[in-house]
Amino acid sequence: MAMLDIDNLHAKIEGEDGKEILKGLSLKVNPGEVHAIMGPNGSGKSTLSYILAGKEDYEVTDGAVTLDGEDLLAMEIDERAAKGVFLAFQYPIEVPGVATMTFLRAALNAQRRTRGEEEVSTPDFLRLVREKAGALGISQDMLKRGVNVGFSGGEKKRMEILQMAILEPKLCILDETDSGLDIDALKIVSEGVNALRSPDRGMIVITHYQRLLNHIVPDFVHVMNKGRIVRSGGKDLALELEANGYAEYQQDAA
Amino acid sequence: MSAEIRLMRTPAEQALSAALEQVPSAPGRLNELRRSAARSFNEQGLPHRRVEEWKYTDLRTLMREAVPVAGPAGVAEAEAAARLLAGALVRRIVVANGAVVPELSDFSELEEGLSLLPLAAAVAAGDERLSRLGGLVPARYDAALALNTALAGDGVLVHVAPGATLARPIHIAHVAVGQGPAASYARSLVVVGEGARATVVETFESVTGQADQVNSATEFYVGDHAHLDVVRIQALGPAAVSLTTLLFEVGREAQLHDFAFTSGAAVARTSLYANLVGEASQVAFNGAVLLKGRQHADSTLFVDHQVPGCESRELFKHVLDDSSRGVFQGKIVVRQAAQKTDGRMMSRALVLGDDAEMDNKPELEIFADDVQCGHGATCGAIDDDLLFYLQARGVPLKEAQSLLVQAFVGEAIETVEHDGLRDALIEQAEAWLKARG
Ligand SMILES: Nc1ncnc2c1ncn2[C@@H]1O[C@H](COP(=O)(O)OP(=O)(O)OP(=O)(O)O)[C@@H](O)[C@H]1O
Ligand SMILES: [Mg+2]
Repeated sequence: MAMLDIDNLHAKIEGEDGKEILKGLSLKVNPGEVHAIMGPNGSGKSTLSYILAGKEDYEVTDGAVTLDGEDLLAMEIDERAAKGVFLAFQYPIEVPGVATMTFLRAALNAQRRTRGEEEVSTPDFLRLVREKAGALGISQDMLKRGVNVGFSGGEKKRMEILQMAILEPKLCILDETDSGLDIDALKIVSEGVNALRSPDRGMIVITHYQRLLNHIVPDFVHVMNKGRIVRSGGKDLALELEANGYAEYQQDAA
Repeated sequence: MSAEIRLMRTPAEQALSAALEQVPSAPGRLNELRRSAARSFNEQGLPHRRVEEWKYTDLRTLMREAVPVAGPAGVAEAEAAARLLAGALVRRIVVANGAVVPELSDFSELEEGLSLLPLAAAVAAGDERLSRLGGLVPARYDAALALNTALAGDGVLVHVAPGATLARPIHIAHVAVGQGPAASYARSLVVVGEGARATVVETFESVTGQADQVNSATEFYVGDHAHLDVVRIQALGPAAVSLTTLLFEVGREAQLHDFAFTSGAAVARTSLYANLVGEASQVAFNGAVLLKGRQHADSTLFVDHQVPGCESRELFKHVLDDSSRGVFQGKIVVRQAAQKTDGRMMSRALVLGDDAEMDNKPELEIFADDVQCGHGATCGAIDDDLLFYLQARGVPLKEAQSLLVQAFVGEAIETVEHDGLRDALIEQAEAWLKARG
């Protein structure tokens, strides 16, 4: 059984005449696998990631999604997180007034409580954050601020990976984590992601650029267009896309 | 002039007028002050919604019930009721049912330059510092203040000599206790001399769910170059009526930071009058108001810039659950002489309850031409994207809401300078959120 099994997923924007975005998308992710999803702007990549995370602006009209055999779509947002779903947002938002440390701790402990585990002690928590933040080049000063408040685009992306490193999810969904990163930051972030690669963790890496996939080498590459996966292949597919663009798929789907 | 429609007197007004027959007599000027306040009330009564400043808080309707004037409080019950800031490093004076309870109050080892005594004692002794009592008068008749002036027999007199610095905040702990709903009146006078520095806290609480009417008025004189911090916490029982009047006069190059935390009473009205009479002073009047059920709280502020070069700031945060109602009315007046005034007023409301309501009425009245003034008001629900972000990290909905509400009111609470008091206020907000479940 696949860890994540997306079967013929159809979804539309919530509301009377909400437009259909996902039009029969299927994807299986097994533990240990890294799947890259590439595709033109507006093809529905972020929508897919939001639906997996539980955002309420969309309505699933057909299909199913299971995580370890359980109906993912029936779970509350926080429950999904506790079960190991983590979305690194394409556009992480600022949460003024909520201190980063308070937030990280609330998240970690809430997940542990939901899973019936004990809360982490203050010294253990501080040690954990210090260690992971250090590896990602996140300063103590950034940790003292409100969540993402006043962070640069690249800093926000790094903060997402820090959260991922602390929460140790089972399914990591990275939505354009590379956008906005300078060359050095791309390397640091990729190392952070690679450090999390493990035989019991699956990843979906959404990106527009082959460059990221030089660092985070995927097992599979999928091309998404108009709400569907239109082609799947190995890591070389990304090179082909880099060279030829999406023209051929867009014609196919039209 | 057209004849004013004379309204039928409500039972509450009749009872209040009867109480005013018993106005305690006082020596000299104070006697006349009380009597003239009683006369004003008898003539004008409680305000109704056609009185502009009371538009949203129609006391005539909201205060229908007449309740007797509270009797003296027992020491034990007063002690049990005074729970706010217990354990804080403050000098506490307990005022129960409008009278100082000496057994529960700390008048010992006063810092140099501090005079602190029950108002009644000052009156009995003919203390000359009382000449300032009743010296600050709003431009228009204020019923709550008139009742207070006529009926308050006690409270606290705080006098800080020029140049003195108080080590500990002075905490005036108002409690309403006793069997059956009752009305109590307390009057305090705070004079902070030139260059002096002080922190004054007033708390209001009652143990019971009785429909007590708690009327308090405090006059603050902030001397030239003085620095005064004021914090109020109103956490009266859920059926109480809270009427608070604050009057400030601020001298030259002085600093005044006032903060109000409101989470109690069925009906609460705070009227705040500030006269800026000395140049280049900085004042701030901030507040956090957290309401639930059918609570109603009205904060009405008048800031009068009479001289050049002062800065005034107002930041109010309302959190409105269930079908509660918040009212913020802020008026900044800039007189012709008050050039270079810098006045800014902001009211933000977070509406949690489906039937909750916020009324914002900011007003600027500017007669000078070289000023910087502005105001803003926002009102809305918790941002869904923020909630989603927190939930997507595993934080359950209620906890995510709590974190965001805390952050929201935190912006106002952070303006409180005193560490201990700021922490206590954050705890108050947390307790409110916890009670929400
Ligand atoms: N809440 C929404 N309301 C209206 N339209 C939406 C909403 N969310 C997504 N869409 C639309 O759905 C389509 C897919 O958007 P989505 O963000 O998933 O694309 P994407 O593949 O992530 O694109 P990009 O590569 O630019 O990030 C777009 O046409 C977008 O405008
Ligand atoms: Mg996208």
